[in-house]
Amino acid sequence: MNLSSLATSAGMSRRHLLKHLAAGVTLIPGLQFLQNIEANAAALKKNNKSCILLWMSGGPPTIDIWDLKPGSKNGGEFKPVSTAGDLQISEHMPETAKIMNHLSVVRSMSTREADHGRGRYYMHTAYVPNPTVIHPTFGSVVSYELGTKREGLEIPSFISIGGPSMGPGFLGMMHAPFSVGNNGEIRNASLPEGLGGNRLEQRLSMLNVVETDFIKNSRSQMPKDHQEVYKKARNLMTSQQMDAFKVNEEKPETVALYCGTGANAAGGAMGMGARNPFGMGCLMARRLVEQGVPFVEVDFGGWDLHQGVFNNLKTQKLPVIDRAISGLVTDLEQRGLLQDTVIVWMGEFGRTPRINQDVGRDHWAASWSVMIGGGGIKGGVAVGETDKDGIQCVSQSYLPGDIWATAAHALGIPANIVHTSKNGRPMKLADGGTPIKELIG
Amino acid sequence: MQHLMCSVRPGVRVGLTIARGVSLAVGLGCSLYLGTASLVAGDDNPAAETRAGSRETSASRSEERGGSRESTRRNGSRTSKAEGDSPAAGLSAKPFSTGYDGQYGDLIGFINEQVRKGWAENGMVPSGPAVDGEWLRRVHLDLVGHIPDLETTEAFVADKSPDKRFKVIENLLNDPGYVRHFTTIWTNLLIGRATPQNISRPALQKFLRNSFGKNRGWDKIVVDLLTAEGHYEENGATNFLLSHLNEGAVPATALSARLFLGIQVQCTQCHNHPFNDWKQNSFWEFNSFFKQAQRVEHREYNEKTGRMDFSYFELTRADFEGPVFFERRNGVMEVAYPKYNGVEVSPEGSIDRRKELASIIVSGEKTQLAEAAVNRMWGHLFGYGFTRPVDDMGPHKVPSHPELLDRLAREFVKSGYDLKQLVRWICNSEAYNLTSRFSDGNLKDDPAAGETPMFSHLYIKSMTVEQVYDSLLVATNAHKTASGGWEQAESRRQQWLQQFVQTFGTDENDESTSFDGTIPQALMMMNGELIQNALKDAQGSTLHSVLTSPAKPADKAKQLYLATLTRVPSERELKTANMVMKNARSPLEAFQDLYWALLNSNEFILIH
Repeated sequence: MNLSSLATSAGMSRRHLLKHLAAGVTLIPGLQFLQNIEANAAALKKNNKSCILLWMSGGPPTIDIWDLKPGSKNGGEFKPVSTAGDLQISEHMPETAKIMNHLSVVRSMSTREADHGRGRYYMHTAYVPNPTVIHPTFGSVVSYELGTKREGLEIPSFISIGGPSMGPGFLGMMHAPFSVGNNGEIRNASLPEGLGGNRLEQRLSMLNVVETDFIKNSRSQMPKDHQEVYKKARNLMTSQQMDAFKVNEEKPETVALYCGTGANAAGGAMGMGARNPFGMGCLMARRLVEQGVPFVEVDFGGWDLHQGVFNNLKTQKLPVIDRAISGLVTDLEQRGLLQDTVIVWMGEFGRTPRINQDVGRDHWAASWSVMIGGGGIKGGVAVGETDKDGIQCVSQSYLPGDIWATAAHALGIPANIVHTSKNGRPMKLADGGTPIKELIG
Repeated sequence: MQHLMCSVRPGVRVGLTIARGVSLAVGLGCSLYLGTASLVAGDDNPAAETRAGSRETSASRSEERGGSRESTRRNGSRTSKAEGDSPAAGLSAKPFSTGYDGQYGDLIGFINEQVRKGWAENGMVPSGPAVDGEWLRRVHLDLVGHIPDLETTEAFVADKSPDKRFKVIENLLNDPGYVRHFTTIWTNLLIGRATPQNISRPALQKFLRNSFGKNRGWDKIVVDLLTAEGHYEENGATNFLLSHLNEGAVPATALSARLFLGIQVQCTQCHNHPFNDWKQNSFWEFNSFFKQAQRVEHREYNEKTGRMDFSYFELTRADFEGPVFFERRNGVMEVAYPKYNGVEVSPEGSIDRRKELASIIVSGEKTQLAEAAVNRMWGHLFGYGFTRPVDDMGPHKVPSHPELLDRLAREFVKSGYDLKQLVRWICNSEAYNLTSRFSDGNLKDDPAAGETPMFSHLYIKSMTVEQVYDSLLVATNAHKTASGGWEQAESRRQQWLQQFVQTFGTDENDESTSFDGTIPQALMMMNGELIQNALKDAQGSTLHSVLTSPAKPADKAKQLYLATLTRVPSERELKTANMVMKNARSPLEAFQDLYWALLNSNEFILIH
């Protein structure tokens, strides 16, 4: 039961409810959420930029996907094929090849961090881990820059699907990712049965007294953050926009776009049937972007392929991402959203060009690829180059900050923005990275 | 401003100032038993209000407050007398004492001296001691993993002896909750919250439970974890290495270094460490100690499916000999022989490398093993250790208090790696007994903002998911009504907390929790089943016993405050509670709403 139906069932208009509450208790700051109830969701979304990060947790072997090395001892089993863009990609990405005119690949990433934890931090934040500052993940930066300005957005402005993403660092828990499973189910989001009348407000007003006193007690930022997060949780409980999470209500044709269908189902080999989690996650990302959420991350794990890399890619990983990426681009384009939606595909690092004794590839950060497109970013090109064996960059190389600066440019976030860490240190956007000129034309 | 006299349970009368001129008596009555002033928090706490080095401020405040402060002092408990100067921040001549009077007095004095040295060198004025409720709650959460129950709080308040904090520490060290709490912490560190496939979490927990229960030396526990062999359920210690032997034991190498030695070497597998002195070869030398550890997966025929199914794991010693090979960044292959801390071990197959490693690690009067354990325990109790993070030590990280760390590590070795002694030393020190509130003189002591911790006040910590669960059980008395033994209770808890566990999908089984201060946490606390159960008026529950007691409404409200926040309500809170009651349809609903608010507050979920 949500609050709007509560008000109705109690035979009370919103104004009446407010009046009633005002008479009871005066300290109810959480109540602004009531004003949101009647906000018209449809009116929100026009020319709002968003970003979808497809996070390949574990470190994908980009040498087998975006930057193949036929003829090299490191080349592996796959062949490159031509695409709708001006670059070649893996033969096991046939659907993506057809829409590659919308997407580009940066082939000369050189990022140094080849440990999962450090790489995850570096790629998400653009900053190398530092024990005295916790940097915000880029999704939190976008939430901070765009989410706060998006009036009428009642659900969190940074949503992570199927994985934890990273933290908001010094930007505060208001900008932490809201993490949901791939099926979009959100636990505990509705009021318990029987909580009628103004009991929620009674509770919240009482809570507010306790919380405010504790905050006044001067014990760091955490008590204040707690209060802010509760406000967001309450908004979410009563919002119609929560429907955006209901990915299982999508039409089968749309699902098929992201997951394939019948014998072609991408999840078939993984025993996931026609609705594989990553494909459904990408579909949910589109629904959320459509609702005005400025940053969505979709997690797809299991890339830590120290052994049996080719068989795994061929039968499991690539069919899934091929469908999901092409489905996402196609769907966004059909809805007129592609121009406003930046898509970034990356993991914490690439994998060794050398194939190890277990037919696997290990961690490798010196020369690898990131895919980026949408949101007005130039598609269909390969930026940067690695040598014939893929072991080093032979063109200008790029850092995660350059990727995020490119995304920020497309999102309309000014490059000269400086955030301030809790100890007063100025922090440049994306660690001072530069938008990649071949991509922003 | 109005000054009310409220009757105090033992027949004393305590003055209470009502700042906003609204009489409490209206709906709640006013038999406000305060027990001790030291439990009052918020802006009504004369103790907590006073700020750093501001005698004038405190004097003028007490004047301004009419007689309240004085009468509280006069009538109040011993606490306010014995801690006469405690509320005031500022450096007292003598360090605050818990009343500890044992053989480690000198060592505790040394801790105080070293921490005070840090304050002096950084021009910091410490905050005053924590009030009793604040401290009691903290020490429970830190040592036994949950908040104190109502009876414990009331007994502590009633206790007038000068060594009551010392006694609480001793009681908690002997409480089964201590064993349970540290078993939880170390199970999570060793194998994560998401148990790796086929690993026996219960067996590992049993091993840890027995070890912490008997207070075995930390060196012995670590030796067992590193050298364990056998059936994974018969020898629970095997489950640590069994969980991490994939990828040529790279995860086992990195985790053992981090957890037991406080050294982060995971990035040296690929290149020399940019900051510390671990070279790439050191990583592989350390790795070679784990090369004989062999995970044997026994399978058995399943008649129903016709397949070979998992039966059990066994950790055995393989006859691995010689060096390990690794690849330099330039592609050159190199070899590494077993070597740690300058000690080389024969690469022959007949030598049990894990036993050799274990004996090197525990040798000496001051070991890295001891420093790491001290740093981690200090970090556990204060929220920050002597290095950040606690498990990244080494020449590249100068500890904040090097002499203190050094002495504690030596004493810890001398004690036989006695974890309880370590806890005892730290918890009886002055710094651990300070309030978590900043004073004007230590605003800079804010590690959350990146500053080096100086321990001039306590730092706020978030409860872990287990601490929340266990505290909710205590607050609602559900732990007394639930059925089953240790393992059933543990399994229920595991099941519940899985909703917050997320894995990163790597071979290293790393994971995070979507718990600390997040929206899912807030939703769980607002609407979750655990809370719904707590709010039911069930026989034996806290709410039920409060509701059915003959006490007046204000006393009932106070009981709920004590049961959740370990303090009595402020006047402003009582006023609001009063309004909630007036608006409620029934007393049950009123107390449910109040209870809900208390359990959902920042004050409940933060360790302060």
